[in-house]
Amino acid sequence: MCLAVPMQLVEITGEGTGKVNAGGVKTDVSLMMIPHVKIGDYLIVHAGFGIEVLDSEEAHIRLDLFRELAQATAGEEEL
Amino acid sequence: MNPGEESRTASALARDIREAAAKVSGPLRYMEVCGTHTMAIHAAGLKSFFPDNLKLVSGPGCPVCVTEKRFIDHAILIGQKYDATLVTFGDLIKVPGSFGSLATFRSEGGAVRVVYSPLDSLEIASQQPARPTVFLGVGFETTIPTVAATLKTAKARGIENFFVLPAFKTIHPPLKVLAAKEDLHGFLLPGHVSAIIGSDSYDYLVSEFHKPGVVAGFEPLDILLALRDLVRMTVEDSARILNDYKRVVRNDGNPVARMIVEEVFEPSDASWRGLGVIPGSGLALRESYARFDATLHLPVEVPDAPDDPRCLCAAILTGSKTPDRCGLFGRECTPEEPVGPCMVSSEGTCAAYYKYGAA
Repeated sequence: MCLAVPMQLVEITGEGTGKVNAGGVKTDVSLMMIPHVKIGDYLIVHAGFGIEVLDSEEAHIRLDLFRELAQATAGEEEL
Repeated sequence: MNPGEESRTASALARDIREAAAKVSGPLRYMEVCGTHTMAIHAAGLKSFFPDNLKLVSGPGCPVCVTEKRFIDHAILIGQKYDATLVTFGDLIKVPGSFGSLATFRSEGGAVRVVYSPLDSLEIASQQPARPTVFLGVGFETTIPTVAATLKTAKARGIENFFVLPAFKTIHPPLKVLAAKEDLHGFLLPGHVSAIIGSDSYDYLVSEFHKPGVVAGFEPLDILLALRDLVRMTVEDSARILNDYKRVVRNDGNPVARMIVEEVFEPSDASWRGLGVIPGSGLALRESYARFDATLHLPVEVPDAPDDPRCLCAAILTGSKTPDRCGLFGRECTPEEPVGPCMVSSEGTCAAYYKYGAA
């Protein structure tokens, strides 16, 4: 039930409301809990509400860590 | 990342987990608190990566599973007595009550609507002003602010036929009960609940119980990374709270969301399947929002509703039994004909075992 998915904010439609791109379809989203959000941000959407904004810097740090781990294993296979 | 990189990362993490676990002689038992994690772990077959001494048990973070049968009865009685429209998330609809589920109530002519967002219930209420519309308030901290925000909107718009039947639960009180269990060595902490309450809010696990916890995302690699960090902390005998889901979870969570909740709700006692009544683990509407309380304004007599004594859902929710130990599992109790809520919910442990097998 706590499923929440990242979706990009594409439009601000009013006070505390906007639209996100949900797999090519524009869907209404409430921005009541994330008042400082900007168009282009990725939101974590749960039950029609943006509950957080994805931190892209942290997302990159995670990817770098995983790539590093992948490389370590790749190196071993070649040995 | 491409699939090749992903699988190499998974292998690297699995190797780290095995190496760390090998340094411990006894069993390592961790609890994944959140039902969405339970489903992700089974769907990705992650248990096949674990060494023999590493066990992951499911916890109470499945809202439908911990909701008592009596709540379903309460909702249906309100629907019958007041000709009310019951509005719910889809997960609740097949949970058996004492006299059938919401699905059977609907098939007998009752008005039950499934929505994606609690805000949708305000549209339903506006379209039928003479009829009460009751949102069934089940969920944890991820969902609670969405219902609080819906109530704020209802108040601002002056919608008078909208009500909430509250059965919300908060995660810290049961975690404190479970953290005291000696055979649990740490916790895989929920991702989206933590987005609201923040990773700092779990500090008591360390200070009061000396147990490590890691906030985890929902991708298979997120879960493996969090487990690696849990096992490493056990090996080093260092209990800390780590946040491995920093792209979404801040240390202090989402204070705006918590303020909205604070305005609408106040702590109350709540009764959990498997854990009984835990003081301060639920939420009640504050006096300024009391006019939306279905319990007060649409009163009904709700009899006690004992569970089928053979159903092990309660033991499963506290990590003391696994579904394959239940005599009903897969025979009398299946997702099509469930006996208990752990088999109904899409994130229930029994449903996960049934769909993907014990591994």
